Amino acid sequence: MNITDILVTGEPLIYGAMVSIVLVSTAAIFLLTYFKRWGWLWREWLTTVDHKKIGIMYILSALAMLFRGGMDALMMRIQLAFPGLNFLDAQHYDEIFTTHGTVMIIFMAMPFLIGLMNIIVPLQIGARDFAFPFVNAVSFWSFFFGAMLFNISFVIGGSPDAGWTSYTPLAGAAMSPGPGQNFYLMGLQLSGIGTLATGVNLMVTILKMRAPGMKLFHMPIFTWSTLVTCFIIVFAFPILTVALALMTIDRIFGSQFFTLTGEGLPMMWANLFWMWGHPEVYIVILPAFGIFSEVIATFARKRLFGYHAMVWSMIIIALLSFLVWVHHFFTMGAGAFVNSVFSVSTMLIAVPTGVKIFNWLATLYKSKIEFTVANLWALAFIPSFVIGGVTGVMLGMAAADFQFHNSYFLIAHFHYVLIAGTVFACFAGLVFWYPKIFGHKLNERIGKWSFWLFLIGFHVCFFPQYFLGLDGMPRRIFITRIEEWLPLNVISTVGAFGMGLGFAVFVFNIYYSYRYSEREKTGDPWNGRTLEWATPTPIPFYNFATIPHVDGIDYYLPMKEKGETTYDESKLEPIHMPSNSGQPIIMMAFFAFASFALVFEWIPLAIAGLIGGFIMMGVRSFDYDEGYHVEVDEIKRIERSARGL
Amino acid sequence: MSAHELKTGPLEYRTQEGRMSILGFWIFLGAEVVLFATLFATYAVLFGRTADAPHPGELFEIKTTLIMTFLLLTSSFTCGIAIHEMRRGSLKGLMTWLIITLLLGLGFLGFEIYEFMHYAHEGATLQSSAFWSGFFVLAGTHGLHVTVGTGWAILLLIQLSRRGLTNVTNRKVFIISLYWHFLDVVWIFIFTGIYLIGMVI
Repeated sequence: MNITDILVTGEPLIYGAMVSIVLVSTAAIFLLTYFKRWGWLWREWLTTVDHKKIGIMYILSALAMLFRGGMDALMMRIQLAFPGLNFLDAQHYDEIFTTHGTVMIIFMAMPFLIGLMNIIVPLQIGARDFAFPFVNAVSFWSFFFGAMLFNISFVIGGSPDAGWTSYTPLAGAAMSPGPGQNFYLMGLQLSGIGTLATGVNLMVTILKMRAPGMKLFHMPIFTWSTLVTCFIIVFAFPILTVALALMTIDRIFGSQFFTLTGEGLPMMWANLFWMWGHPEVYIVILPAFGIFSEVIATFARKRLFGYHAMVWSMIIIALLSFLVWVHHFFTMGAGAFVNSVFSVSTMLIAVPTGVKIFNWLATLYKSKIEFTVANLWALAFIPSFVIGGVTGVMLGMAAADFQFHNSYFLIAHFHYVLIAGTVFACFAGLVFWYPKIFGHKLNERIGKWSFWLFLIGFHVCFFPQYFLGLDGMPRRIFITRIEEWLPLNVISTVGAFGMGLGFAVFVFNIYYSYRYSEREKTGDPWNGRTLEWATPTPIPFYNFATIPHVDGIDYYLPMKEKGETTYDESKLEPIHMPSNSGQPIIMMAFFAFASFALVFEWIPLAIAGLIGGFIMMGVRSFDYDEGYHVEVDEIKRIERSARGL
Repeated sequence: MSAHELKTGPLEYRTQEGRMSILGFWIFLGAEVVLFATLFATYAVLFGRTADAPHPGELFEIKTTLIMTFLLLTSSFTCGIAIHEMRRGSLKGLMTWLIITLLLGLGFLGFEIYEFMHYAHEGATLQSSAFWSGFFVLAGTHGLHVTVGTGWAILLLIQLSRRGLTNVTNRKVFIISLYWHFLDVVWIFIFTGIYLIGMVI
């Protein structure tokens, strides 16, 4: 096999990317060797089973993916604003909108939220770790290797180019030969396994490991949103697993599920994809709702208004999310009756969502609002998300959808809900919990710069797209030499760069605050309401020295009034902790190798990789390491120095 | 977590780890239900789309199917006896009945491989039409699960012989029994939904 069959050639942009990948990797290897940090990296991070460290790795990876997906977006916007520049050719444009969508949903939004869940949920419920810490590490590495597999496609083999929805027959072997589409299938499959495992893991954690006395309706709202999200994950992800597997078997082993030649049904892919894909939308929005609820309640200094209504509306949204998938293809010709049913079920979702919006407003009503950066993201979310939601109802009307379908109106709608919902929430959550995770606040002044740049850029970028859509500009089309569309496209591109700048300032803020911010001493910088603020900062690896008995919502407030802490020296007992393990990363490396081999359809190598992975699972089965105990003396020493006693 | 240990009740439920693992496995089985439901839905949608390949009615045979059903249903029963022996605290009984379960499972797999080869010989393969793709992937996924289950049971038998009955080995055996019964339930749907209906229509 020739090297040119594997590496992508002939694109100056991609040559640049290759050079930068090599340079960055070399620099990383050099720095690690020079500062003798390999052992540290392996012991402290690569083999860790600590939920907090795994969460940090999720968030770092997600930020890297946000950068990658954002670069894709900027390249598309350059092409659309300057059609005469020939910045991208048609093939390259197709690849970029495909990877932009996939990376942002699968490898940015979900891991970012799962990262926050990883860190915060055990702390909020008074647990010392996940139910299955080892499985948690396996999940992370499966996501990480899946993401890397998908990401190298643009320099090795070529990126997928059939859209993030990968509709057949376009995505089938006949019309999309070569490895690109296989990268999509294997990358998603590998990371999907990890997501499912995380869903199971978090559900057991929340159901079984709550602090004594904490009833389900005492749980902080972010934990509730996580629990509901995990239900969706457990019941939606197997559908994706099957869909991806069927297309993989179609492409690599010649079966006929989605082909026309063997009486297969290409439309079945659209159904399977969106039976997972629509619930997926709520997997990335419900945790966001949870984060906003926490942030708004904290900075309005009030109990969240309508706590029970919030929980029930999330549950109803989760159930409805499975019943609306056909609205993604009203124009396929299912008929008026089917379209009507799905149209009504789609619009029903606006009801519980509206309940939540009014609850947030009622929480803010007559309160003393503190305009911290975290709260600014949450406040900006409300009107922005409403714009996205209302246009969503417009799209949900089947008859009107025949007009809006596949136009920039749709693009504007889902960016309004996904960015104002999920991305704002990721930023809000990161800023809000940052002092707890890293021991110092992010700088508020720089944070406000990044917030305003991003918010204004966001509206400038996407609001014009509603009008472009109404003017008939289709999506996924790279030629826009139509005079009427050009001005709005230029405005939109300017907005996109504003968002890029906002993100850059956000990242700079992380560096700046690491260097200059005051270290956090109390562990409760925002005067928090829930248990995650009750630990010392930095959080000891066992989280809580003694676990309080919880009997109420926002339990940390009465604790503070009574002067109680999570450290009661008379009640100390040895704490059982799991040991670190190198098995998760090795196991998933084998499966990643098998996936890579399958991408290029090297079957013997793939089998070898699979066998390696299964051997690692067997090794794990024989591993009876039951962890270790932290003795009382050591807990005393750690807590006393952390609390300055 | 040792504080949560119980003194009575089945061994596998006595530690918090044990209770959590079993609950986690139940939730995982929920995901497996969705996985098989999706495959069944796919099969149903593709039913009759055989292109130029033979129709299922021409190939499905009641005899092999009944033998396979008999083998697998019996294996679920023997698996139940194995758990009963485990509860009685008899390691020897547990291992004996687990090995019998395993042999029945292997017998089932043998017939399935024979059946698939027979169909391929008659011109019905994974590639020949959408219907047959659906059939082979649905039945094959079940067969793959049985294969994984037998491998898993062998690893467990080795652990049992080394460590005897502890709350960890008991939990593992209990979980694999849940898995095995689940595969049996799925087979009942395959037996009726694929074979019986395929023979009638």
